Amino acid sequence: MALQAAGSASSQPSAQRPGTQRTITLRIARSNPAHDSTTVGFDDFDVPYEKWTTVLDAILEVKKMFDHSVGVRYSCRQATCGSCGMMINGRPRLACFTKIDELNSSVVTVEPLQNFPVIRDLAVGFDSLFENHREVRPYLDRDDTELDNTPDGELKEYAQSPEELEQYIQFANCIKCGLCNAACPTMATDSSFLGPQALAQAYRYVGDSRDRGKDSRLKMIDDSHGIWRCHFAGSCSQVCPKGVDPAMGIQMLRGYMLGFGGGNQKK
Amino acid sequence: MASVDQEGGDAAGGGSSSNNSSSGARAAADGNRAGIGGMIHPGKYGIERVAYWLMRLTGLGLLAYFIGHIYETSSILQGKMGWDDFLAITQTTEGHILLAIVIGMCVFHTVNGIRVMLGHGGVGVGRAARPDYPYVPASQNYRHKIGIYTAIVLAAIAMMYGLAVMFGV
Amino acid sequence: MASAILRESTIMKIHYGTALAAVALVAVHVLMRLTSGGFAASLEYETVLANYRFLPYALMLEIILVLLSIHGFNGLRVILLELRQGPRYEKAVSYGCVAAMFALIAYGSRTIIMTNMGMV
Repeated sequence: MALQAAGSASSQPSAQRPGTQRTITLRIARSNPAHDSTTVGFDDFDVPYEKWTTVLDAILEVKKMFDHSVGVRYSCRQATCGSCGMMINGRPRLACFTKIDELNSSVVTVEPLQNFPVIRDLAVGFDSLFENHREVRPYLDRDDTELDNTPDGELKEYAQSPEELEQYIQFANCIKCGLCNAACPTMATDSSFLGPQALAQAYRYVGDSRDRGKDSRLKMIDDSHGIWRCHFAGSCSQVCPKGVDPAMGIQMLRGYMLGFGGGNQKK
Repeated sequence: MASVDQEGGDAAGGGSSSNNSSSGARAAADGNRAGIGGMIHPGKYGIERVAYWLMRLTGLGLLAYFIGHIYETSSILQGKMGWDDFLAITQTTEGHILLAIVIGMCVFHTVNGIRVMLGHGGVGVGRAARPDYPYVPASQNYRHKIGIYTAIVLAAIAMMYGLAVMFGV
Repeated sequence: MASAILRESTIMKIHYGTALAAVALVAVHVLMRLTSGGFAASLEYETVLANYRFLPYALMLEIILVLLSIHGFNGLRVILLELRQGPRYEKAVSYGCVAAMFALIAYGSRTIIMTNMGMV
């Protein structure tokens, strides 16, 4: 089904100015596994766009103008919340961070993120992502706390140099959007694999000079579906919208396990 | 308001959908995994993804050849007749081309394997640093790309050399 | 099975080690084909028999056999483990690959030992 906005007698401002706006066909994957576990269809919508229109804008336009039943998850609209990840023209991207103009395609196909269970249409379940993230214990692992009093009664804090901060801050930018897991070739078939998101977060804490849980964390990921199932294809890093570079983190983490000391790490 | 185009359908209800059987399997409740097709995906993720599946294919091919080679060489236990009979099967044009492909697979698997091994040790994957937009991943750097292209070129050269030796050029 | 006995990191270190060692030895093996009076001549029955009966070369073939069997079947195990999951399947893959590895080593060793000892 193709629905058009351009040229129509719409009263909505977003569908106005047909002479100045270009139009793309937005193909939205439709499915509802809870209702029908096997059928996926595509609905086509002709949507006007401007230079600054993002894919999320176009989807919301569809919801507003044509079909309010399109299932999509979004929140911040500024690549911060990590909610609107989806396959856009076959590649995992954030819908709010992808301008239609830069896709250079008259047809934009949006599908749910691969390697995650579909809830409905474009919304997928992140239970496994969050579970794997929890499994690598994403917090500083040490016996004392910043709130412990020193003998002289002063509150102490974990000292860290700017150089030590540089070692992990890149990996702390992860917004848990799941794009890396959707791009990962191992995750395409291995449902037990921890995934690049969780492994990169394991490195984020292993590389943190304040953390004391390196040994137990390395032991935890040294599993038949752990870090060794990464083969450095690098697709995770290519799709990361925040520059986290999970492939780098994973290789550095593996460097520790192989006795290389994690590449450029001093710890 | 939006109009419905010539194909018809109901704007409010989502209307009729064009069912897609290949996507249908993907949407099953097994977690929407991309499967082997998604594992290969040569067009979307650059030369690194090509190297990934070439590594697998060459590994499987070399294992198959290795098993065949062990079986082939066991014919020496049948004496000169057995050995010569088996050799006659392999010393054909098809046999030489197959062996040239094995040589290519072996060279690619070796050179790319060394690259991957170094990468796995954290060598040549860049340095962790505060990322700046547009976020070019440091691990996907020219060193590894050169390594992949080198593996492919060396494999091609080795294949040509192998063919030249086997065909006595 | 393999991963129950050995940690995955140990298995993968063996995987890398066998690869590096095999590269060096296979290079010698291939060079023998090119330096023994040409490719075709090196495959003649008498030449191959002489190769097998030369103990250092036979030992090298045996080492190559072991190294490549370990590396190859562990690689196969990794690929199969990533294709499907489940405790029974994974156990079958691990046991199957170890069994196939031993079977291939035994079969190849039989050729090397019998030929080296002049039982041909």
